[in-house]
Amino acid sequence: MRVPGGADIATGGVLLAVENVSLAFGGVKAVTDVSFDIRKGEIRAIIGPNGAGKTSMLNIINGFYQPQHGRITFKGETRSKMRPHDAAKGGIARTFQNVALFRGMTSLDNIMAGRTLRMNKNLFWQLLRFGPAMNEEVEHRRRVEEIIDFLKIQEIRRTPVGRLPYGLQKRVELGRALAMEPELLLLDEPMAGMNLEEKEDMSRFILDVNDHFGTTVVLIEHDMGVVMDLSDRVVVLDHGVKIADGTPDEVKRTQAVIDAYLGVAH
Amino acid sequence: MPFDASAVADTFPKLLMRNAQWYGTRPSMRHKDLGVWQSWTWSEVAELVRAYAAGLHRLGVQRGETVAIVGANRPKLYWSVMAVQMLGAIPVPVYADAVAEELSFVLAHADVRFAAVEDQEQIDKIQSVLDRLPKLEQMVYDETRGLRDYDHSKLTSMENVIADGRKALAEDAALGAWLDGEIAATQGADPSIILYTSGTTGTSKGVVLTGERSVRAASDTVAFDKLTENDVALAYLPLAWVGDHYLNYAQGLVSGFCMACPESADTAMSDLREIGPSFYFAPPRTLEQMLTRVMIRMEDAGLLKRKMFHYFLGVARRYGERILNGQSVPLVGRLLYWLGHILVYGPLKNTLGFSRVRVAYTAGEAIGPDLFAFYRSIGLNLKQLYGQTEAFLYITAQPDGAIYSDTVGPACPNVDIRIAENGEVLFKSPGMFSGYFKDDAKTAEAMTPDGYVMTGDAGFFDEKTGHLKIIDRAKDVGKLTDGTLFPPKYIENKLKFYPNIREVVAYGDKQGFVTVMINIDLTAVGSWAERNNVVYASYQELAGHALVYDMIETHVAETNASLAADKMMAGVQIKRFLILHKELDADDGELTRTQKVRRGFIAERYATLIKALYDGSKEADISTEVTFEDGRKGTISARVKIRDMAIAPLPALGQAA
Repeated sequence: MRVPGGADIATGGVLLAVENVSLAFGGVKAVTDVSFDIRKGEIRAIIGPNGAGKTSMLNIINGFYQPQHGRITFKGETRSKMRPHDAAKGGIARTFQNVALFRGMTSLDNIMAGRTLRMNKNLFWQLLRFGPAMNEEVEHRRRVEEIIDFLKIQEIRRTPVGRLPYGLQKRVELGRALAMEPELLLLDEPMAGMNLEEKEDMSRFILDVNDHFGTTVVLIEHDMGVVMDLSDRVVVLDHGVKIADGTPDEVKRTQAVIDAYLGVAH
Repeated sequence: MPFDASAVADTFPKLLMRNAQWYGTRPSMRHKDLGVWQSWTWSEVAELVRAYAAGLHRLGVQRGETVAIVGANRPKLYWSVMAVQMLGAIPVPVYADAVAEELSFVLAHADVRFAAVEDQEQIDKIQSVLDRLPKLEQMVYDETRGLRDYDHSKLTSMENVIADGRKALAEDAALGAWLDGEIAATQGADPSIILYTSGTTGTSKGVVLTGERSVRAASDTVAFDKLTENDVALAYLPLAWVGDHYLNYAQGLVSGFCMACPESADTAMSDLREIGPSFYFAPPRTLEQMLTRVMIRMEDAGLLKRKMFHYFLGVARRYGERILNGQSVPLVGRLLYWLGHILVYGPLKNTLGFSRVRVAYTAGEAIGPDLFAFYRSIGLNLKQLYGQTEAFLYITAQPDGAIYSDTVGPACPNVDIRIAENGEVLFKSPGMFSGYFKDDAKTAEAMTPDGYVMTGDAGFFDEKTGHLKIIDRAKDVGKLTDGTLFPPKYIENKLKFYPNIREVVAYGDKQGFVTVMINIDLTAVGSWAERNNVVYASYQELAGHALVYDMIETHVAETNASLAADKMMAGVQIKRFLILHKELDADDGELTRTQKVRRGFIAERYATLIKALYDGSKEADISTEVTFEDGRKGTISARVKIRDMAIAPLPALGQAA
């Protein structure tokens, strides 16, 4: 029962803004002078053809790449670049285009790993095992179990991730990102390589995350149907340049977008 | 201690109150939630259900009206059933995986004003057909997730209903007294529940069961299997199915045993292992899947373990069943079996979750003798029962110590069975239904004038054991020209237990003798061909291979021998058979989508083959149109060979004893 681009989103404060950001690898310009903002509580999609600079953009937001130009404002604090640690501490979590999990560990342990930042007891207590460290662990485990319940992956709790099919691995990865209790969740092609049913499940989870936890979501996705259904606003990149920005309907009607996707007769 | 619970309490609400007194601190229900098993004692459940009932009453649920229950096996849904019954209203469980269409049929037919549902998925389904359910007023739900933005004027969470009821009970003593009065006022003769049949044979019908009959039937089987408050069962089969309502809900309330609800449908197998139930039910298909999984994983085990496993399975095959049946076994056998128990059977049963199972049942379809023997040989007390919704499940069940893979046991205590002229099984039982909901015509159709229920299944009593054998649906049973009853499915199933045979279609109605068309199993026969250097290029070539025919001929001969052993069946031995040149396929309309053969359609399509089977020719040409996976059509032509079989001599009538 969600209204994309509903009134509450339009008036929501800006959580993160990038201004005039440029990133180049040697002579290759990955991102050129791109500006857009992400409002609190919205689902924001970044789309574009292959090599448009979408993943580079995500990497800039979570501090993995450092742009040569431009500014990033996150929660009111402006800086020229993000550092991964600041991003994580500040509440930015992400999933990867190619699943990046600990393949030999169980789903449960992988998601527990997402809680690392929130575990405060020092090595001494952790080695002692019982006492405060144990209480802490029990509390974290409870949160992780809530996530497992939320994502409906109870049956694979004890299964090593490497043995799981791809669709489930993606779900576990989302679980690990959620374990950080992020304010901003970056999803890099969460539905790549999934069949229709898995896509529908994943869409449902993304909407639920947004609805249930109030998490702001930035999503890169190739499936246009999914993007148009899920997102409140869409940024379109092509060759590292922003060519459109707005609600799904607005973007769909933009000539530059149609050209970028369908090609132009020369 | 055999006792008749119906003497103490003739309805489930009364039983719940009794259990709260008798077994107050014993666990009544468990549910795995957030990875931890939660438990509720009988007194806690009684308190919860009272509060829930009070809350439902305040919402407006009236005595005698129906309330739909839609969802998986979760404690709150079982409590919904209890709370609704406590108010004298009638729960109508609906299958959680029913599509919106079926759901709307049942909800509309049952005139429900209220529905207790599991989650958003069910609410969405019901809302999509809301225009067909003008009577529906309120839904209460268990799982709040995803429902925040829904219109809550027609939705309430069960949590709130229970809290509201609890508060009202605390504030107003009169309400509690009123509720006690309502419980006392529940009548054994009133409808206790309406279970809709799955509708495989036409539209689904609402089977009305009364409280007293339900309680009495459950008391009989609780005594039969000596179930007590110390037993544990896992409730993992659909809540709306008569089996779950009987085996878990009714027997649980009568005996006071603990019902465990799995975390989710997908975790049932691992939950089974964690809970270690003492009473267990599984359809043959589930047992088969379990066995296959074990066998596949054993193939990956080390050489030593594999050898040990297979050696001791051999030991179990030789002595296991006899030990379980309490027959005499040589000392060596006992010692070997004991060793096998320590090394193989014990750990295996532990892995499967069967360590503590005292009584296990299977039913629903014919079970392969090997499959059945496997579980029994490793020491699982697996038995068969036969029943149906109209009987409130049990009609027959095998008693400990008299177990056969091809019978369903003698009549249950207090059940009266009669075989009709046409072979149909008729019964009268303590738990039998009182009628179909709002359908007196169908009720009358299903009963004989003297009050027996017609099951629609054909069967006969085995002479040696006195047990009932179910052979086919009564309407499918035909007659040979000499008047012998001809149950096609019985013959087909016997052949299908051979792994090499995938499908069988038997013919014989209004004919002089029985013939079958066989589909070989490409995987099984293919691997046999590989091992025996049989070269083939296609299914068709393999199916027509002389060696394959030889192999199938031995299977048919064995089947004939086994048919001949039965006086009733000796006349329907297979006289001629052929192996079909193509696999029967649902895309070609030869099978239903649930993989059942459509005998009539196949007879039409392969009319030339049937003609050849009966006119004595040695081979026949056939050409059929087939549909490929991408929808294109093509034709397959073949020359199919037909073989004659020797018929085992009929036992002389005098000797059959």
